[in-house]
Amino acid sequence: MNAEPEQERPRDDSRRTFLKQSSLLTAMALVPGPVVSAAEAKLDERVAESIEKVPLSLKVNGKKYKLAVEPRTTLLDLLRENLHLNGTKKGCDYGQCGACTVHVEGQRVNSCLSFAVMHDGQEITTIEGLANGDKLHPMQEAFVKHDGFQCGYCTPGQIMSAVACVREGHAGSEGEIREYMSGNICRCGAYSNIVAAIQDVKQGGQKV
Amino acid sequence: MNQFQYVRPTKQQAAIDVVAKDANAAFIAGGTNLVDLMKRGVMTPQKLVDINRLPLRQIERAGSGLRIGALALNSAVADDRLVREKHPLLALALNAGASPQLRNMATVGGNMLQRTRCPYFYDTTMPCNKRQPGSGCGALEGINRMHAIFGFSDKCIAVHPSDMSVALVALDATVLLSGPKGDRKLAFADFHRLPGDTPQRDTNLEPGELITAVEIPDSPFTKHVHYQKVRERASYAFALLSVAAALDMDGNTIKAARLAMGGVAHKPWRLAAAEQALVGQPATEETFRQAAAVAMQGAKAFKHNEYKLRLGPNAIVQALKTAAAA
Ligand SMILES: Cc1cc2nc3c(=O)[nH]c(=O)nc-3n(C[C@H](O)[C@H](O)[C@H](O)COP(=O)(O)OP(=O)(O)OC[C@H]3O[C@@H](n4cnc5c(N)ncnc54)[C@H](O)[C@@H]3O)c2cc1C
Ligand code: SF4
Ligand code: FES
Ligand code: FES
Repeated sequence: MNAEPEQERPRDDSRRTFLKQSSLLTAMALVPGPVVSAAEAKLDERVAESIEKVPLSLKVNGKKYKLAVEPRTTLLDLLRENLHLNGTKKGCDYGQCGACTVHVEGQRVNSCLSFAVMHDGQEITTIEGLANGDKLHPMQEAFVKHDGFQCGYCTPGQIMSAVACVREGHAGSEGEIREYMSGNICRCGAYSNIVAAIQDVKQGGQKV
Repeated sequence: MNQFQYVRPTKQQAAIDVVAKDANAAFIAGGTNLVDLMKRGVMTPQKLVDINRLPLRQIERAGSGLRIGALALNSAVADDRLVREKHPLLALALNAGASPQLRNMATVGGNMLQRTRCPYFYDTTMPCNKRQPGSGCGALEGINRMHAIFGFSDKCIAVHPSDMSVALVALDATVLLSGPKGDRKLAFADFHRLPGDTPQRDTNLEPGELITAVEIPDSPFTKHVHYQKVRERASYAFALLSVAAALDMDGNTIKAARLAMGGVAHKPWRLAAAEQALVGQPATEETFRQAAAVAMQGAKAFKHNEYKLRLGPNAIVQALKTAAAA
């Protein structure tokens, strides 16, 4: 499984990568480098011109949005690129790492495997929407207190998942927490601190 | 990713009409498998029919059984009171699959239609008869660690990756379908196909047919059940091999048994002969070993999956032991 979070890149760059990985994969394998670049540029234009946009209403972190988006846009890309909410991270982009975890109608999901248009009329919460004004969410405080992050790349997804884990009633024991946090991969190995943070919040009994 | 048209019908018949008329159209439910495959260029539908507005999410009693709507989420089914009471084996299998986030998106219909995780199927630069009929099979002479030991053909040796389906086949489930020619029911055991000469067809679903629900009859297998999943790490990985075991016990005597394996064939693999071997026997390790030996008859390994021939019987014994003790 490839669960290594990539570095964040400028937007153009990530779009290029994205195209390489998807529609051009077969062509890429058969033609030499310069040809590929040319074909890639063209395809990019053609696609951008002819895409039919779909109207979409969303409520994100309490704020209403009326948008028109390409159906191919994932919820993750919409949040990061259209709404500039960069807190939600793109790790694997294939449902394997949990870095992109957000809440849809209160339930945690991987935003990278969902087309944004499928969420018309729904309520989304990202890491940016968790704090109450300047006051951190109890789970954010607990992550700070227990040093639940090292590089921090996986942290937003971990926190969104951790909040859901407590809300779902799946934070009963260390074993249960580990099982129900297994969809969030941390390459730095901050796991034991993360578990401690969740236990702290759960035992604190605050409303999360 | 290829571009596609997106439609979001609210009427079942409208959804079916679109997909039945257009060979390049596909339903999308949770998207957790389809979006993944589209990103990789393995599947390139030109039209997506989002079925999430259809009223197919109910989990309810139906006659002397349970009916679960095709759009019920994997997490909702695993947590459902009726499911836990009547079919705890199903809840165990669901919770052994994927991650909490994915189970909140994955639907019952989508789960049974998820495609193989054969690495050659995923890699569009490699030959694969399932992805591109006639191109060959990369796994046959390649890295076939994850592949089948039962029911394969020389065209395809892939396994079906769904955990839920292993429980459903053991529980004698039925699939409810609705298509351009009307509604029909299919025994779950006949839903998936063996590869034969047409490995590109995973199931007996006709073009345009929509899964609307699965039904599971009430059974005595409500207590002594276990889902044993062997994988490369403790959680969140596909099965190398899995076993669904269910026993109906009278004291220490086995009255009836259900046994199925995952990760061993192109479809969830019911072990009918081994079930028979358990009936009337005492629930001992000896009995379980004998049933496991029966279960493995006819298994055949490839270069890199020989370990499944040893892992299989051990996992069966372990599953039966745990089920008996439950
Ligand atoms: C990282 C990762 C790990 C995973 N681990 C596991 C695991 O351990 N065990 C396991 O079992 N699964 C696992 N999965 C697979 C996951 O369970 C499936 O992707 C999911 O169940 C598919 O359901 P969906 O609703 O998202 O389907 P979709 O992706 O929406 O659809 C899948 C297919 O079904 C068709 N379809 C969907 N609904 C219907 C319907 N009602 N009628 C007709 N056709 C329909 C679609 O056209 C598509 O072809 C994993 C997935 C990922 C990404
Ligand atoms: S085993 Fe099946 S899915 Fe895998 S490469 Fe061979 S034909 Fe394709
Ligand atoms: S980015 Fe890795 S799961 Fe979504
Ligand atoms: S990935 Fe670095 S802290 Fe988790």
